[in-house]
Amino acid sequence: MIALDEARAAVIREHGRRTYPEECCGALLGRFVDGIATVEAARAIANVREDGRRRRFLVDPRDYLEVEREADRQGLTVLGFYHSHPDHPAAPSDFDRRHAWPNLHYVIVAVEAGVPREMTSWLLSEDRSIMREESILLARRTA
Amino acid sequence: MPKIALPTPLRPYAGGRDAVDAAGATVGEVLAELTAQHPTLQRHLFDEAGRLRSFVNVYKGDEDVRFLQGPATPLQEHDTLFIVPSIAGGAPTTEETAPALSHDEIRRYSRHLIIPEVGLSGQRKLKGAKVLCVGAGGLGSPLSLYLAAAGVGTLGIVDFDVVDDSNLQRQILHGTRDVGRKKLVSAEERLRDINPHVRVVPHETRLSSANALEILRDYDVIADGTDNFPTRYLVNDACVLLGKPNVYASIYRFEGQASVFFAEKGPCYRCLYREPPPPGLVPSCAEGGVLGILPGLLGVIQATETVKLILGIGEPLIGRLLLVDALGLQFRELKLRKDPDCVLCGPHATQRTLIDYDQFCGIGPADPGSTTDMTVEELKAKLDRGDAFVLLDVREPHEVEIAAIPGAVHIPLRQLPEHLDRLDPAEDLVVHCKMGPRSARAVKLLREAGFTRARNLTGGIDAWAERIDPSVPRY
Repeated sequence: MIALDEARAAVIREHGRRTYPEECCGALLGRFVDGIATVEAARAIANVREDGRRRRFLVDPRDYLEVEREADRQGLTVLGFYHSHPDHPAAPSDFDRRHAWPNLHYVIVAVEAGVPREMTSWLLSEDRSIMREESILLARRTA
Repeated sequence: MPKIALPTPLRPYAGGRDAVDAAGATVGEVLAELTAQHPTLQRHLFDEAGRLRSFVNVYKGDEDVRFLQGPATPLQEHDTLFIVPSIAGGAPTTEETAPALSHDEIRRYSRHLIIPEVGLSGQRKLKGAKVLCVGAGGLGSPLSLYLAAAGVGTLGIVDFDVVDDSNLQRQILHGTRDVGRKKLVSAEERLRDINPHVRVVPHETRLSSANALEILRDYDVIADGTDNFPTRYLVNDACVLLGKPNVYASIYRFEGQASVFFAEKGPCYRCLYREPPPPGLVPSCAEGGVLGILPGLLGVIQATETVKLILGIGEPLIGRLLLVDALGLQFRELKLRKDPDCVLCGPHATQRTLIDYDQFCGIGPADPGSTTDMTVEELKAKLDRGDAFVLLDVREPHEVEIAAIPGAVHIPLRQLPEHLDRLDPAEDLVVHCKMGPRSARAVKLLREAGFTRARNLTGGIDAWAERIDPSVPRY
């Protein structure tokens, strides 16, 4: 389960709308509240793929390090990452699974013809074989 | 002892710590020591063959160790290694969403399936692909026939024309029995016979600025088989605006050109030809003729490029212009560069929408009240009245041999400037060619030389044969 309030969800949707037809990506920073990963900031990150940005995203390792540093500075933790699927359902692709990291929450927003639609969240299984969907607590207030 | 900083997702495997001390003199030794201390990290850092996973980056200070000495990179006591995840992902590609093949299809495509570069996954990509052929004529014939046979799942065709006798010399989609039928109807019939697994989508319309984006939007690859400049620029511009590859070819007499214009990866047609030539300068196949086999050669090159783009194999003709000379049977290649000032695909592009391509190409709408144009009906009336005027035929001698309007003075267009003395500026002058463009240029030239009474016969001898005198053969 991941807690994501409407304001942060809107940031993700807006980012997906803005980069359509290319994929957007960003980091989810937050903390564990009562054991629930609770997002306190959705940070946009540049998609540094040089080709195929309509179907792929890639975070520059230096941007990743910067996100970790920012989390440390604010006493937060990197909970996971979000990205958009332009004109595709909000389900992880095989490529998503193969590149996924354990213990990170992967939020996907489908953007259909430029309009953000469904949003889902996923976790990699411990043996790396599948991505398991988890529920998103949209209404929970997060300070 | 060197230190290893762990990213958030790996910390749970190291007791929640963000850094671990590990002894060793090289990156390889230190990582081995890390996984010895925390064995569950092994699976996430290394693949089955023991190599570092492609999405695991190891940095020594600011440098990726891949660009240092890899696992052999030496480490000092006080060095810190950072394990940095490469965060990547994306929507399913065509490979993952491509439709499955039936047993019938597997039998049909067996010669593709046993090529490693195509195989089952490639054939599924072809089945999932949507290709639009603009025009079901000379180029569109071999193009659509081979794409259908190859198993391209959805084949759109734009055409509004009717099969004519003069098409049959090269447009092998259509047969003698199809003369007078819509090209779309005969094309659909033929393509379904070749491969019933293909979905043929007919678009019975003239591609225009009003409908092009809407029609092209649904397709993965656009193949332009038209032979007029307004449509060629329209298809190019729409492809650039939609981010689609445009597989291009053009033909004239014994020569052809082909390229793939794909603005995301190379130049577009406007990078090659910023502006169209003046109307009439480059004759169409109807005016200048074409060896019937030539569209076969070029259309098959278009089909090859289309299939390569779908499969993602080989070297596409992006950034290259292939010149085909059938008489010398020579293939030459020119390098094409992206024009940094291209109004459409350059970094400072100014054109964001489609424009009026007839106007852009200098082709105005027919003006019935024009003082420089004349219809074949007006010419007939003039002849019947016995008006005094000179009828000037500017076609080539071999065309005059095929058909002529009696009483015409014959001076081929290219010789006209040297033979103006044969004409009298005081007389009325009606100029004709086969269909009108060459005589329009002749009239422009004549008027500039002082022959202000020169007028152009619109539709040329072709319109004359069609509407006035059926005894004149149409060619």
